[in-house]
Amino acid sequence: MSLTQIVIFVAGALLFGTLAALAARDSTGRLNALARQMRPWLMLSASVVALYWLQSSTPIRHLDFWLPTATLGLTGLMWAATRTPRPATASRHSDQAAVAAAFDRRTTLLTALVIVGIIALIAATRYVDALCCLTPSRPPDIGAVAIALLICAGLCVTVGRLAGQSTTGGAWLDAALVIALLGLFVALKTEPLTTGVSAILRTLTGQSVSQAAALDVRWLGFSYIAFRLIHVLRDHANGRLPALSLREFVTYVAFFPTLAAGPIDRAERFVKDLRGWDAGASAASARVEDVAEGLRRILIGMFKKFAVADTLALIALNPVNAGQVQAMPWAWVLLYAYAFRLYFDFSGYTDIAIGVGRLFGARLPENFDRPYLRPNLTLFWNSWHMTLANWFRAYWFNPLTRRLRTARRASLNPAAIIFIGQSSTMLLIGLWHGVTWNFALWGAWHALGLFVHNRWTAFVRSRGWGAPASNWRGRALNALNIVLTFHFVALGWVWFVLPDVGQALTLFARLFGG
Amino acid sequence: MSSVSTRRIVIKALLLFVAVNAVFALTDPLPTIGSLSGYNVVFPGRPRLPYSDFPDRAYNLSLYTLNALFASHEIAAGPKPAGEYRVLLIGDSSVWGFLLRPQDTLAARINAMRPTLADGRIVRAYNLGYPIMSVTKDLLLLQQAMRYQPDLIVWLVTLESLPAGRQLLHPIVQNNAAAVRALIADYGLPLDPADARLLTPSLMERTLIGQRRNLADVIRLQMYGVLWAATGIDQDYPDYEPAAIDLEADDSFHDLKPPALRAEDLALDVLRAGHQLAGNIPILIVNEPILISNGQNSDIRYNFFYPRWAYDQYRIIMAGAAQRQGWRYLDLWDLVPLTEFTNSAVHLTPRGSALLAERIAQHIAAGD
Repeated sequence: MSLTQIVIFVAGALLFGTLAALAARDSTGRLNALARQMRPWLMLSASVVALYWLQSSTPIRHLDFWLPTATLGLTGLMWAATRTPRPATASRHSDQAAVAAAFDRRTTLLTALVIVGIIALIAATRYVDALCCLTPSRPPDIGAVAIALLICAGLCVTVGRLAGQSTTGGAWLDAALVIALLGLFVALKTEPLTTGVSAILRTLTGQSVSQAAALDVRWLGFSYIAFRLIHVLRDHANGRLPALSLREFVTYVAFFPTLAAGPIDRAERFVKDLRGWDAGASAASARVEDVAEGLRRILIGMFKKFAVADTLALIALNPVNAGQVQAMPWAWVLLYAYAFRLYFDFSGYTDIAIGVGRLFGARLPENFDRPYLRPNLTLFWNSWHMTLANWFRAYWFNPLTRRLRTARRASLNPAAIIFIGQSSTMLLIGLWHGVTWNFALWGAWHALGLFVHNRWTAFVRSRGWGAPASNWRGRALNALNIVLTFHFVALGWVWFVLPDVGQALTLFARLFGG
Repeated sequence: MSSVSTRRIVIKALLLFVAVNAVFALTDPLPTIGSLSGYNVVFPGRPRLPYSDFPDRAYNLSLYTLNALFASHEIAAGPKPAGEYRVLLIGDSSVWGFLLRPQDTLAARINAMRPTLADGRIVRAYNLGYPIMSVTKDLLLLQQAMRYQPDLIVWLVTLESLPAGRQLLHPIVQNNAAAVRALIADYGLPLDPADARLLTPSLMERTLIGQRRNLADVIRLQMYGVLWAATGIDQDYPDYEPAAIDLEADDSFHDLKPPALRAEDLALDVLRAGHQLAGNIPILIVNEPILISNGQNSDIRYNFFYPRWAYDQYRIIMAGAAQRQGWRYLDLWDLVPLTEFTNSAVHLTPRGSALLAERIAQHIAAGD
């Protein structure tokens, strides 16, 4: 997201937040009711528009239009698949109004019309030079857009029917869709496969296949969107997903502040904010607080991102300067700059997303909690990219370790279970960033660190050494632990930032005086 | 948070914003900020003034705050050491060392020879070249450099840096309008102080918001100090097209046509002002080497820059002016062979730079 885009989003959200705060004071209650009514539609519309506006340009013709459309198509498909609640859902979620809304044809149709209308309007800018274009390049022919939307609608209806036919069929469908999403995810994160996708798309558009490159297919926010969709499919399969209307579902998946850099919220938490925005008499003060807190977070986030992170970016370690650095101390400086740049960049974006969300009354989850001030790696991972770590905990680590513990034939000891669980989780978190050796090694680095810490903690406990004292010695030990943990994490970034393993090893040698 | 306190916060923030901007506009703290530098303290001083169009590859950038430029240079490291004979080299990109590693520039090559004067002082040359062809720019930098106690100034010039009409074309001159106007007034230069190319910032442009780009450049220069220290790189070295040998059959020089180049067409007054500015410090003016083509139409032109008629007349004018004014003048126009130029008619290869350095060092050591 550029500064201009952020400023426009912030201005829009601030305008809404301020008007909503004023509306809450209206003694007749009419304005308040209007604000309540308009808010979900505004959030939906802004999110749909943002999908197109934030999408970066690609050399493949019209792809910057088709990718956001595909996001909406996929989201519609997943909603159709998860619309019918699994049996356990009804007993867990007693919001009958929401369940009714999820099945209300009129609201669904209206939502679909709003989405299609926005897409059509964006596509129509092709024909009005003065307005063209919200997308980075001129949108495709309106006829092609209409055909694509009809295909999407057909698929959604078919999947909806399949999902509604039987409960067993629904489980099968959830699993198939998760696999399909993972397949798409892998295809987009593996350079040779992405290049292949680019070649196919280039063939379809009649462009030169020899120019195909992985960077051709830059799908805005797909990493986050895919994980939100997998989350709803898994929760649906487990009967934990609340009934969501199409409007709520699309807004959850594509909520515009979270498109570029998360956080990965949970659907049941997000819809609570969507539905419970106006809580009676306290609404006015709550909205003023939302505006104040939202603005505070946005300003902090912008300072982190544009003042600190972008300045550190000038000197942060990268594949070019890693090969040029001549002396050990300066190699450490570049590495520190990278570590802090990454943190301030990512957490700055998160602050902005949380702030903008707050202006709309949505309390998005925190993603960072002073991660570089944690005294061990386990606590680091409880405070760094928390929503991603929680996602993997919920959908991989916990089910896997549970399965390993309860497997009849296996007789694994707890240490082995922890090792398998942590290794595979960290490896997958690494590969989430891209299917490459360096990300896999970064994951393995952290897996090793977590396992060693786990065993060390078990060893300390077994000796009865207990927690560090609160005196100066304890504080000094804590400070030392923070320094060690930070350096372990910082050294891990070497794998993360350098795509070539040989170059990473050379830099390690340089960092330690080689 | 009550609405009253919110209002107060907003009003206070606005007042603070206006006050900070107003103070910035009135006090113009940028030169002071520019002189605060981590160079020569945290990271080594740069051996040449900051300049680059590709900061992310060169770890260097072009900026207009003169104090920041000099504060990042190794010449600002501290007082002049005893026993040092300090020589300032000023001139264009050939002095700065375009496409040359720091160890291959003219100044570095002179220093590598360790020339020693008869009184035992060791010559230490400082590269204050700047990749822009304008003697007015040289004068501007010389004025800044005088505080560093030079013993000799070597001023390399070429015809392209002298056309009177082209003195104010360059951004570093235009963005230091007040200093340039002062030079015009102090030395009676035949330049128009009201020339529209000299940029006078409005009140808004002098505020913190208006000066944000210049301020950011000063900060970026400090940040790039880290990468300069870490890598020793201060320039991007792209593959380049060698300077043209086969030339157009065109005998024009800018808007001038043969047969005559007049002394008034050249900014010789700026060279005279330089001597006045330097006072007792001697100046050696060097007509820098140029590429002498032997290719197509080389009977019409020496190189891409110069038609033969204009350059020949320039040399006569320069020699005459030096004689009349009593300037120390060294004409090394044909010193460097054709093969020792890189991408332009004045940019030298490391060997070309060494050749030039040898001749200049001889003159310095001999005290000619």
